[in-house]
Amino acid sequence: MLNLLWLIPALPMAGFLILGLFGSRLSRQAIPILGAGSVGLSAAVSLWVAGSFFISPPAGYAYTQVLWRWLEAGSLHLPIALYLDPLSLIMMLVVTCVSFLIHVYSAGYMSDDEDMSRFFAYMNLFVASMVTLLLASNLALLLLGWEGVGLCSYLLIGFWYRDPVNGYAGRKAFIVTRVGDTSLLIGLFLLFRHLGTLDIQTLMERAAHQWPVGSPLAVAAGLLLLGGAVGKSAQLPLQTWLPDAMAGPTPTSALIHAATMVTAGVYLIARMHVIYQLAPSAQFAVAVAGAATLTLAGFSALTQADIKRALAYSTVSQIGYMFLALGVGAWSAAIFHFMTHAFFKALLFLGAGMIIESLDHEQNMFKMGGLRKELPVVFWTFLIAGCALAGVPLVTAGFYSKGLIVWQAEASSAGRWGFWLVAVFGVFLTAAYTFRIIFLTFFGEPKSHVHKRPGLAMTVPCVILAALSMVGGFVKTPEFLGNIHIFTGFLHHALPPVAATRAASMSEMGSEAWVTLALMAGFAVAYFCYIYRPEFSESLTRPAIGKALYRFWKSDWGMDWLYDRLFVWPVMWFARVDARDAVDSIYTGMARLCELFYHGARQTETGRLRWYAAAIALGAVIFVAVVLFL
Amino acid sequence: MILVWLIVILLGAGALAWLAGRFGAEWPRWISLVAAGFDLALVLDFWARHRAEVEIIPQGRWLAEFNRAWVPQYGIHFHLAMDGLSLLMVALTLFIGMMAVLCSWKEIQKGVGFYHFNLMWILAGILGVFLAVDLFLFYFAWELMLVPMYFLIAIWGHEHRVYAAIKFFIFTQLSGLLMLLAILGLYFVHHHATGVYTFEYSDLLGTPMSPRTAMLLMLGFFVAFAVKLPMFPFHPWLPDAHTEAPTAGSLILAALLLKTGAYGMIRFVVPLFPGAARAFAPIAMTLGVVGILYGAVLAYGQTDFKRMVAYTSVSHLGFVLLGIFAWNTLALQGAVVGMIAHALSTGALFMLVGQLYERTRTRDLNQLGGLWATAPVLSGVGMFFMLGSVGLPGLGDFVGEFLVLLGTYRAHVLLTALATVGVLASTFYGVQMVQRAFHGPNVHHWKIADLHGRELLIMGPMMILLLGLGLYPLPVLKTFSPAWKSLERSTRSVVSEARR
Repeated sequence: MLNLLWLIPALPMAGFLILGLFGSRLSRQAIPILGAGSVGLSAAVSLWVAGSFFISPPAGYAYTQVLWRWLEAGSLHLPIALYLDPLSLIMMLVVTCVSFLIHVYSAGYMSDDEDMSRFFAYMNLFVASMVTLLLASNLALLLLGWEGVGLCSYLLIGFWYRDPVNGYAGRKAFIVTRVGDTSLLIGLFLLFRHLGTLDIQTLMERAAHQWPVGSPLAVAAGLLLLGGAVGKSAQLPLQTWLPDAMAGPTPTSALIHAATMVTAGVYLIARMHVIYQLAPSAQFAVAVAGAATLTLAGFSALTQADIKRALAYSTVSQIGYMFLALGVGAWSAAIFHFMTHAFFKALLFLGAGMIIESLDHEQNMFKMGGLRKELPVVFWTFLIAGCALAGVPLVTAGFYSKGLIVWQAEASSAGRWGFWLVAVFGVFLTAAYTFRIIFLTFFGEPKSHVHKRPGLAMTVPCVILAALSMVGGFVKTPEFLGNIHIFTGFLHHALPPVAATRAASMSEMGSEAWVTLALMAGFAVAYFCYIYRPEFSESLTRPAIGKALYRFWKSDWGMDWLYDRLFVWPVMWFARVDARDAVDSIYTGMARLCELFYHGARQTETGRLRWYAAAIALGAVIFVAVVLFL
Repeated sequence: MILVWLIVILLGAGALAWLAGRFGAEWPRWISLVAAGFDLALVLDFWARHRAEVEIIPQGRWLAEFNRAWVPQYGIHFHLAMDGLSLLMVALTLFIGMMAVLCSWKEIQKGVGFYHFNLMWILAGILGVFLAVDLFLFYFAWELMLVPMYFLIAIWGHEHRVYAAIKFFIFTQLSGLLMLLAILGLYFVHHHATGVYTFEYSDLLGTPMSPRTAMLLMLGFFVAFAVKLPMFPFHPWLPDAHTEAPTAGSLILAALLLKTGAYGMIRFVVPLFPGAARAFAPIAMTLGVVGILYGAVLAYGQTDFKRMVAYTSVSHLGFVLLGIFAWNTLALQGAVVGMIAHALSTGALFMLVGQLYERTRTRDLNQLGGLWATAPVLSGVGMFFMLGSVGLPGLGDFVGEFLVLLGTYRAHVLLTALATVGVLASTFYGVQMVQRAFHGPNVHHWKIADLHGRELLIMGPMMILLLGLGLYPLPVLKTFSPAWKSLERSTRSVVSEARR
């Protein structure tokens, strides 16, 4: 049944077309049915396809479906073709299923919005683009999906377009990610120039065949692709767009800016892993980007007042873990964390959305509090997701995926002690900011009145995601806890296992113990600052240094400030001063010169015979003189 | 014979439309629409019937030809010929021609007869440019399209129409004179070398001459085409002409007239002077890249909607220039797709501005805003063509730019990287345009009618074609491929010499 593959992107695409073309004529009941239904069907087909892939895997654990011929010129032959292997299959499954749940949630969340059909149209287009990105068999088609999801991100961030702030956030997201895309494009040109194709599997074969390990071309290609990945996945130094992206409707934040699109960079690097194996220095750069991002964003998350911004920084930080995993060659661990993160982070955003809705669009956590009793379903699901995010041992999915990354940051052949330390410190930060959010919103005194309670369309998807956030990790457990490896075993048909040639100085159990300790420390800090002694956290920001640091972290380490001055303002300044086009003044200057000459010449036309005679005589004298003396 | 008919029908329809203008404004419109439509049907029928031939043409032969002696004692022939490249351009011309008639339907109310006369004669001139393979005839057609265009701007344009029309005329006329000089120079050089006086394109190919002469003559052609393209720094006529022209004028300028410049580069500049073009390529490519970036940033800075779109043309045609001078299969395929895609996306944006202007009487982006709620279809269409313009994969412009850059990377890595930044820069003006016109608060309380039947009839096909070009560009690529092979063959010896 693998030949149904094309339906998975085609169904949401059809949904987009119908909603986009006839949305204004559809009834308000029909719109969510159509919008969520198309994605639901797509998820069903992908479950079906995945099932038959598991039961009877195709030869070589990969299936290619060529749809039609696309770009053919000279030596370039690129079809529109889909490629299904364990990596794209897992990503596709997670994306379509989580998308479906979020679409159902949206049917409740957006039920009062006048532009509901536009919302579902954009969301459907997003799912179609995202699946295209994942299933693309060549890099040009991948780019089509890649830019498509970027477009939907832009459209959905600015969905409530009447407020210029939303529009600004949308444009910022589009432009900053396209900065990364520029690098990605150049990487594509380089790959095509030197390997003569853009088909991903052929590229991998040829690269392994033609480039030695450490080849400068491989390093250049790896770094250029990394540029694209950090843009899309909001990693340093291009992470600045994601916190602003929270201006979009909350289901959008859950789907695009937490669960799926922002992990596209992780997918790209995993997909192109051969390049990074040939370029250890580029792979090291991936790890460094991840490690740096996960700490910096962790600090920023600790200082946010807006619940969605805090979660956004948390997303940036968690994707940092995935990059770290990729950087140390723990490919499957990165994809594992992508999956569990998709469950619990989507849930956190959906929970935040329900809180914001019920408090009449209040997003400031310091104005919340005590919601535990008012919104019990929200509280319990949010708590489960928060525990998964922090990585509470044994019962949450996040524990297994993050623990694996932390351990392999040291134990894998490309691992380093420093990476492990950063990763454990990150666990501390994660626990601290996660429980800070939970304590501020659900505990303490109620500070706002609850206006309405979420309906079933919103709570049911959350309950399902909560279940997944708990059991989703049991597909890969550590050696001392059952040693299940269905997930990694399946993925190893597409991604190489960790090369554990390094004499690991640390056992998996030891690493997990440290992770648990860090987690408890983080929890303790959050408890101390926000439950036990709330006045203490306020006193921290009172001295000048504390205040400065707080503002510095809250403003994302001043990166926006810097970029405005380095890039944005100069371009805007030039566009403003040169709006009338300096080049044009050359030509108008020439015209002015002609006019001047004409006015000068006209002065001599006086009508007085004496002047004419004198001029003729003078001219004759000069002429004769020139002839005689030259 | 079909080639002559194509032109004669347009010329005749133009004359007829002028006469029929006396009997009512509807007559010239219908006459022009039917004439352009009939021509287009002829071309498409020809394309369909010659499918096999179009895609695997035997070397150096035209798909269709018409050759009669005109002034034989000076070697002047009335020689029209069509290969895959001309076929694509002719089909594009006639399609855009129909759109031009349709989009003037309500806008033009005075002098309707004479207006359509000019419109038809411009189209005829453009067809002549794309089909002529006798350089004398080519120059004749080149001038033929200029005069009616001048009238179109000067009579039916906006406030500063006379200034813009004169500027347009002087720029193109002066550069055209340089080309005339270069044509005559080539004519005499060829006679000097072979003893034969001829203006015939295929005879003049490979004329032996010193590198210095070749460079001078090449520059003569180059400047004429670069002004039309328009290449930085010869572009300042374009924003004025575009802004002041009536909608159909802007459409024809952007979609067709600029393409004659690119066509001339592909057909004449490089094949006639391969060595000189090769030596000059780094400069031309650099100017192309400068144009890409400069055009994009200036487009970002404009407040006049039409002027903004005009500057995006400078940026897009920079890619075409870059591709042409990289002179390899990928880059040239990309340039041709880019030419067609630009005609569709930018042409449509000009029509959209026209439709907006008809409703709001302003083109000032600061006055617009928040139109999405009142005219969602119009805004959605605007968004669609903006996305084409910023090179979103799946739409035609992406295919063009992607192939150009893939090809150029072989020739020059740094310039390719800078041009790729140009793709990014297009995002600046694209999102800015949507924000200022369609998004944001509706401060001025616009309440406008959405697109209606005739306008949808214009925009629908443009959208479908742009999407088709982005997702299934194969017909274009395959049609151009044999034409490219014979063009490349005429330059190959020189290129391989330079490689050695």
